[in-house]
Amino acid sequence: MKKFNKQNLIKALKGNAGTYLLVIAAYIILQLMSAGDMISSSLEGQLVPICAYVVMAISLNLTVGVLGELSLGHASFMSVGAFTGVITAMSLSGVIPMGGVRLLLAMIVGAIFAAIFGVIVGVPVLRLRGDYLAIVTLAFGEIIKNIINCLYVGIDANGLHLSVTDAESLNMDGGTVILNGPMGAVGINKLSGFTAGFLLVIVCLVVVLNFVNSRSGRAVMAIRDNVIAAESVGINVTRYRLMAFVTSAALAGAAGALYAMNYSTVSAAKFNFNTSILVLVFVVLGGLGNIRGSIIAAAALTILPELLREFSDYRMLVYAIVLIVVMLMANSAGGKRIQLWLGDKFRALFGKFAKRNTAKGE
Amino acid sequence: MTFLTYLISGISLGSVYAIIALGYTMVYGIAKMLNFAHGDVIMVGAYIAYCVMSYLGLSPIVSVIAAMIVCTLLGIIIERLAYKPLRSAASLAVLITAIGVSYFLQNSALLIWGSATKIFPTVVAGDGVSLFGGQVRITAVALTTILTCVVIMIALTMFIKMTKIGKAMRAVSEDKGAAQLMGINVNGTISVTFAIGSALAAIAGVLLCSAYPNLMPTTGSLPGIKAFTAAVFGGIGSIPGAMLGGILLGIIEIFAKAYISTQLSDAIVFAVLIIVLLVKPTGLLGKQIHEKV
Repeated sequence: MKKFNKQNLIKALKGNAGTYLLVIAAYIILQLMSAGDMISSSLEGQLVPICAYVVMAISLNLTVGVLGELSLGHASFMSVGAFTGVITAMSLSGVIPMGGVRLLLAMIVGAIFAAIFGVIVGVPVLRLRGDYLAIVTLAFGEIIKNIINCLYVGIDANGLHLSVTDAESLNMDGGTVILNGPMGAVGINKLSGFTAGFLLVIVCLVVVLNFVNSRSGRAVMAIRDNVIAAESVGINVTRYRLMAFVTSAALAGAAGALYAMNYSTVSAAKFNFNTSILVLVFVVLGGLGNIRGSIIAAAALTILPELLREFSDYRMLVYAIVLIVVMLMANSAGGKRIQLWLGDKFRALFGKFAKRNTAKGE
Repeated sequence: MTFLTYLISGISLGSVYAIIALGYTMVYGIAKMLNFAHGDVIMVGAYIAYCVMSYLGLSPIVSVIAAMIVCTLLGIIIERLAYKPLRSAASLAVLITAIGVSYFLQNSALLIWGSATKIFPTVVAGDGVSLFGGQVRITAVALTTILTCVVIMIALTMFIKMTKIGKAMRAVSEDKGAAQLMGINVNGTISVTFAIGSALAAIAGVLLCSAYPNLMPTTGSLPGIKAFTAAVFGGIGSIPGAMLGGILLGIIEIFAKAYISTQLSDAIVFAVLIIVLLVKPTGLLGKQIHEKV
């Protein structure tokens, strides 16, 4: 029994090392390519969003894949992190001149606020199950979007001003408006960069992979597999579920801060239901509970619309078709048959090496 | 008296939600899937009706029937191509496929009809009804919407209670395997459910655009989400629940807009939903499912 566990652990560690290597290799290759002007400017503009979406996908995978609960409002945590992060970075612009430090603080504050919202949402939500839980996360997402749409925040020499009616009632002398109601955050200094994004991805990986392979992570997975059995061996179900949910929310908050700081304006409408769904698509396509899959799917699907640019007007249509076809191929009986058939062809072509790979892929 | 006016417009909006929610709840009850593309079927229905009226110049009744036929076919085709191969797959896989179908419909509409907002022509002519010496006015659109909703509800309940197909639908939603053993054509029954749901979506699309005449490829999304909320509110899988949930949601939305805040109305609607679900975790009329050890 002990030996078996050890083998499993070694296998998991090997997998984790592979994931880190993948991310680091991708970072180095992209940095070299951008230094040599080998990537298009549109792709270069996508690098920070890709990092943000990768973190979003990994963190949502913690809720959906590891905890086993469908969340349809993950973008709302991103939104909370984005706006609290922007407010932090802009309020500190006079105090701390270094952009990197402000970005770091913005991400930390964003993560903390998103975690607080995670607790507020998680305590009631995690009492529910299945589709009902999903709809309540959706509802919370819409509520947060609505509330941010009505918020006005400004800063002047006297500190922060908050209003829920309009920018005039902030009563500032001079100063700047940071959050302007439905227009969202305006006049952001672009602090994010690819390196910051890469570091956030690494931090996120460290947090999630260590969590999954820890005692708490195993408790969470036990709860996912069977709540009653987990409860009966003395696992505190509420505590561990909340732990996973809040960790996921905090990481999404940091991703939100990174994302927002990459643009000069960001509105709450950006983090709507469609964004939540987009991230969910990354998670499901990458494979539930499969962190490396999430990373690849998030990166590939964020680049895909750029690659489909030559289809111009048809590109989102092609994107939809790709999504449907991939889901059908991966999950239906017919798709499995096609996979097997392709596997046979590959085996015939490449012999033993390909055989081992398809066996792994299955 | 303004209270009564708001109440009536709330019921009218709620009726549209209820009709859409019926589609969600029937599909959920039978196929156990959240059909996220349902909101976009509404949009397609509205566009078809718009085209028949504006380009062919036919009467509103003909346009509604045309929209129903197209949407029914669309519903059956979507089910056959996208959902049927995934019948035994994980529910999340089906959900993502439904999202793919939703993107597909929205972007097809964008290519066919363009992104410019189309103004939906008036479907229901007439002045409506005045009550209490003109203090309360019910518009013809509101009256038609409410009446349509009542007719649909009665017809659907009778269909499910009395016909053989309705009985098959109830059996399939109870236990797919047992129903198949009893000789019920499960795939056929699911197709019929999608057909009915989509036909109702076409009606809902026309009614929705009669009240709010801006037609865009994304017109169906938000009403779709709200109707889905309504279905959950009433207890997903339950037909009376969908009606009740839809109408309550419409009333809450209009009251929130009128008395509290226009901007926060959606937040209030969703907050009420959360409170209801916390008190009654399976919705107002939903069945409590006990987990077996």
